[in-house]
Amino acid sequence: MISPTGVFEPNAAAEEFLPYLDRLTEADYRRFYRDMVVVRKFDTEAANLQRQGQLALWVPSHGQEAAQVGSAYATRPQDHVFPSYREHVVGMIRGLDVVDILRMLRGVTLGGWVPEEHGNFHLYTLVLASQTLHSTGYAMGMQLDGSTATGNAETDQAVIVYYGDGASSQGDANEALVFAASYQTPQVFFLQNNHWAISVPVARQSRTPLYLRAAGFGMPGTQIDGNDVLASFAVTAKSMDDARAGHGPSLIEALTYRVGAHTTADDPTKYRDPEELAYWVARDPIVRFRSYLKGLGVEQQFLDDVDDEAADFAAGARRRALEITGPEQSVIFDNVYAEPHPLVAEQKAWLERYEASFDEGKN
Amino acid sequence: MTAALDTSVASASLPMTKALNAGLRRAMLDDPKVLLMGEDIGPLGGVFRVTEGLIAEFGDKRVLDTPLAESGIIGTAIGLAMRGFRPVCEIQFDGFVFPGFDQITSQLARMRNRHEGGLIMPVVIRIPYGGHIGSIEHHQESPEAYFAHTPGLRVVSPSNPHDAYWMMQEAIASDDPVIFFEPKSRYWPKGEVRFDESGTPLHASRIVRAGTDVTVVGHGAMVSVLLQAAELATAEGISLEVIDLRSISPIDYRPILGSVQKTGRLVVTQEAPGFVSVGSEIAATVAERSFYTLEAPVLRVSGFDTPFPPAAVETHFLPSPDRVLEAVDRVLAY
Repeated sequence: MISPTGVFEPNAAAEEFLPYLDRLTEADYRRFYRDMVVVRKFDTEAANLQRQGQLALWVPSHGQEAAQVGSAYATRPQDHVFPSYREHVVGMIRGLDVVDILRMLRGVTLGGWVPEEHGNFHLYTLVLASQTLHSTGYAMGMQLDGSTATGNAETDQAVIVYYGDGASSQGDANEALVFAASYQTPQVFFLQNNHWAISVPVARQSRTPLYLRAAGFGMPGTQIDGNDVLASFAVTAKSMDDARAGHGPSLIEALTYRVGAHTTADDPTKYRDPEELAYWVARDPIVRFRSYLKGLGVEQQFLDDVDDEAADFAAGARRRALEITGPEQSVIFDNVYAEPHPLVAEQKAWLERYEASFDEGKN
Repeated sequence: MTAALDTSVASASLPMTKALNAGLRRAMLDDPKVLLMGEDIGPLGGVFRVTEGLIAEFGDKRVLDTPLAESGIIGTAIGLAMRGFRPVCEIQFDGFVFPGFDQITSQLARMRNRHEGGLIMPVVIRIPYGGHIGSIEHHQESPEAYFAHTPGLRVVSPSNPHDAYWMMQEAIASDDPVIFFEPKSRYWPKGEVRFDESGTPLHASRIVRAGTDVTVVGHGAMVSVLLQAAELATAEGISLEVIDLRSISPIDYRPILGSVQKTGRLVVTQEAPGFVSVGSEIAATVAERSFYTLEAPVLRVSGFDTPFPPAAVETHFLPSPDRVLEAVDRVLAY
């Protein structure tokens, strides 16, 4: 819809989705821009924290902001979101405090938040594509308890699940598509094709554009320019509307690019062509949308204010990350089981006695 | 469709398949969030007919015939449990659980822990297991140690129809994931099922035959082998105390340690290969906790550390009453 130079010039395939843009006001456009800029600054700061030994790992989202922001704004409060592990801004939009993400990557928790208290944004899942099946089961549950396809767009629920080009090769991703199609779940599979699964290019994952696979499973598939935030919003809005209305699951392939490394443990200079990187940097989702907003007459002051806000946000996240404490050692044992378990209880008591024995020695 | 079993009577003589069916039905009547998932469990009633009649009674929103994908079954069951359901998944045969192993060990077992206690995972995975039925490859496995080794799971196995009826209901009522191993060779022999009370909690082991000379422990189909061995031993004047483990994780050591206190001799038995097995764990724990009461080393009688063999030679692989008695003789020689 928006060209790489920031001009609104939708192609023919975009036409059926254009009415969904009518839902947006200029305030929404500003919010989209603000969120993309803020998360990029935060992302850079988090990578710095890892370099300084304050996080065990960081998973950058640089370059994928438009795909994530547009799709996240297409969800409704009653929907459920199953992320992979790179969807930081989706969490922010759903109401998650990013420090909760940092807690997990700092190694003080295996999870970090209660999904139902944070916009139904479920936990990150680190085994590739496992969450696709959880999301499909969750969507089956929405059908079974009658929370979807009632005809009330304000309350009908649906699920969106994020995964990537690498995860698309996993058996679980394919089994989730089979189950989703079979039970006609209210669900959108949002596949961010960022072209690289650590060092493996998407050509190794698939000989066919990934959105074409949807047809083989018996559901609609749409490929979008994932660096166009309006395309991401409009196509996801239609797909989620269809899912809530009982029209079944669908797949969106968002073409984007992992500008940074896979994680802070990765070195993409060893396997990526700098020209390819330059090609995608020239299609940066934020630069593009900024040009578009300027074309709409958005004042420079707003853009400057957003930069300031992003810097404050990142600095605040850094400060709060350094204040993260805990956890108590009892976290090792406390939630392994819901009901009493003699072996775990015994080992918890033993560790307490063992560690207390050192204090006794001091006295 | 067969008529639903009348469980208002005090007791009935039933095969384990019917007892499990009655237990599932009872749980479904008691809680509308209980639903069944699996391959061929609908109109067919499962390849062992354990779910026979349930789709007709409860409909296809309570009994879900699924696509043939075990990871898909377990993974979607996790999502359903997140949503508040209590799914009971049937894995068709022991050897077919491994495509779902990742979802069980990496996801199901850890989900509550990862959520810091913010959710429960009341998922039951039913697995028909073990030999003695003369079947083909991947249809006679005993993989319970893999699951017992995984923190976050509970693992149980009934040895008789009465326990099957009650343990199934207790497993479904548990807020933790339970791997429910059903001994295939015990599916068909009838036993009395009392419908008034269980008598034994889910995770309790139980002395099923009192004795004085040697304690023998086993689970699932091994229990009937041990009872046969105990009968044969009587002729030689040897008294075996037989313990039905019932729960493989956690293990209830009280009856075992109490019995060893009395006999001083312990033989642990299982169909599974013995290396890094449930029997190894029991032997180690009894040695740690009851060293001075032991009169002899704890011996294991297990399947061999080989793949389950062609059915034509399975009787040479599976622990028989005679193999159990050979170990009994050895512990008595000390």
